[in-house]
Amino acid sequence: MASVSIDGIDKNYGATSVLRSVSLSIADGEFLTLLGPSGCGKSTLLRILAGLEVQDAGSLSIGERAVDNLRPKRRDVAMVFQSYALYPHMTVASNMGLPLRMRRLSTFQRLPLLGRLLPGTARIAAEIDAEVTRTAKSLGIGHLLARKPGQLSGGQRQRVAVGRAMVRHPAVFLMDEPLSNLDAKLRVQMRAEIKELHQRLGATFVYVTHDQAEAMTLSDRVAVMLDGELLQVAPPQEIYADPDDRRVAEFIGSPKINMLDGVVRERGLIDVAGSTLAIGADALAGAHLTLGIRPEAFHLAERGGPGALTGFVRMIEHMGSDLFVHLDLAGGDHPLIARLLAERAPDIAPGQTLHVGVRPDRVLLFDRNGRRLRQEVESGRASVTPIREVAR
Amino acid sequence: MSINMHPNRLLQPSAIVRHAVLLTTGALILVPFVWMVSLSIKPPGEIFRASFSFWPAQIYGVENYTKALTEAPLPRYMGNGLIVCALILGLQILVCAPCAYALAKLRFPGRDLLFAMVLIGLLLPHQVLSLPLFVLSYQLGILNTYAALIFPYVVSPFGIFLFRQFFKTIPDDVVHAARLDGLSEIAIVWKIMVPMALPALAAFSIFSIVGHWNDLFWPLIAVRDESLMPPPLGIMAFKSEESGNDYGPLMAASTLIVLPLVVAFLAAQKWFVEGMTGGAVK
Repeated sequence: MASVSIDGIDKNYGATSVLRSVSLSIADGEFLTLLGPSGCGKSTLLRILAGLEVQDAGSLSIGERAVDNLRPKRRDVAMVFQSYALYPHMTVASNMGLPLRMRRLSTFQRLPLLGRLLPGTARIAAEIDAEVTRTAKSLGIGHLLARKPGQLSGGQRQRVAVGRAMVRHPAVFLMDEPLSNLDAKLRVQMRAEIKELHQRLGATFVYVTHDQAEAMTLSDRVAVMLDGELLQVAPPQEIYADPDDRRVAEFIGSPKINMLDGVVRERGLIDVAGSTLAIGADALAGAHLTLGIRPEAFHLAERGGPGALTGFVRMIEHMGSDLFVHLDLAGGDHPLIARLLAERAPDIAPGQTLHVGVRPDRVLLFDRNGRRLRQEVESGRASVTPIREVAR
Repeated sequence: MSINMHPNRLLQPSAIVRHAVLLTTGALILVPFVWMVSLSIKPPGEIFRASFSFWPAQIYGVENYTKALTEAPLPRYMGNGLIVCALILGLQILVCAPCAYALAKLRFPGRDLLFAMVLIGLLLPHQVLSLPLFVLSYQLGILNTYAALIFPYVVSPFGIFLFRQFFKTIPDDVVHAARLDGLSEIAIVWKIMVPMALPALAAFSIFSIVGHWNDLFWPLIAVRDESLMPPPLGIMAFKSEESGNDYGPLMAASTLIVLPLVVAFLAAQKWFVEGMTGGAVK
């Protein structure tokens, strides 16, 4: 078991900068997810950690040991690949046993026929077989050991790939989008199994994905990456509710967060889409801001005016317990999605005018560069009572 | 759709034309071989008869084949062919697979230049190199030995190219997984890449064996000693020295020499086609 520290990693491919001074420390036994769209450099970072790529600058250590100059084999990490990367010509047992054979048997003991005659080979080989069998059974693939990868289903191959990593008891598990080749149902099931595996093994996991659901459900902390930079590293709830950056807010959450342009009228009031919201912003009057409002932060209001937004209902998506209401706001061409409880909003129809209120403390403010502006909560002005009442 | 719904697809005009063309081409290629086999079982008088027939009036096969096997050291020639082809193939794989792996999966400066040189090597006919190779063999003192027959072929640009194309289709992740599992680069070549490239290996083996079993040009230059001659060179010697116009035994010897190749090809036919087309589509 080991902590991981990543310090100032740069990586360029020719003129393209893939990673820009990425620093991150991962605690022993933590489940950290690198989350970002494809091409953001998250897989490259994982490969650098594994030793499969070499960084242009920066240093890495695993469990207090600098690993920059160590070959992948010596880093005590195991990796599960998106494509599983099983060896098609070997049986499941050989696939899983190979890392152990390479480590425990000497070069001579690994020789095809001669090796078996050398002292100790038979005993070590039997130990390896026993461990492989035990690991396979714990993953529910004990009956598949004699098969080849081509004869397995996607989910079974996935388990073999995990088993090949597990059997070595590595200090750090690296997983590169391990679930993205599975169908939706199996993905949810394997997600739960990976979480269970992490709790059972207590090892450090670094997990790469572009799927926010995986990141949110599995992780102790999520590191959101974009264009080769780490934007924010925080627990999932915090990433969702308290993002540092507009891009983080936009990447996380489905449906996507609503982004509205607003202007500060005076201290504590912001004009947005033909209405005024009572939000304390640390900005001068006349400053342009972006308001990020999650769809579920809206609630139905009886009338428009201060504290509520008014729009025409363009489309309604029924999701069972919830409704996704698509609105065109009156004061501009902003499209907006509000997530309302179905029972509270029984008879909304497309084309009608709708007022939605929003709690000021659920509004995220971003400056023009996309940086988060914290609301002035300490002054108590963030929750202006009269306007809240209007909203109801 | 209409083709699929037709009750008998083979009777479509286009299908008839297609099969006619295929059958004609096949027959043209096959005729010399059939003629060879036919001559090998005819008595001398019948071979030069003006009338044409594939099937001999009098079967003279036993005599011809006995003569072929006894009057010239045919088994010796075939043994030589076997030794030379096996050693060439073994050494070629030993050299080509690591080269191809480096060209396909490793990143190093000059890789593309090296690959371009392999491609140029592929374009050069072997005859162009025969004089320098002869001089080199002379300097090394290996003329008139097995080594002279083997060493010019050990590095095969075609083998490197074929393996490289096949290795390219193997995902990088497999190589990465092998490195993490603790395999050295050489171990990756022999334990992972070559076993995964079996179709390419089979196709290359057939090419190599057929090519070198049938090779006449270089052995003619490199060896004089009859006990070192591979089959085609042996046959040539057999023709000029022993038989004169005795074509029956000569054709019997030719048939015997071609036979192992036909058997080997039929056995490995499936892999051969797979290896030839596998690299093309990916």
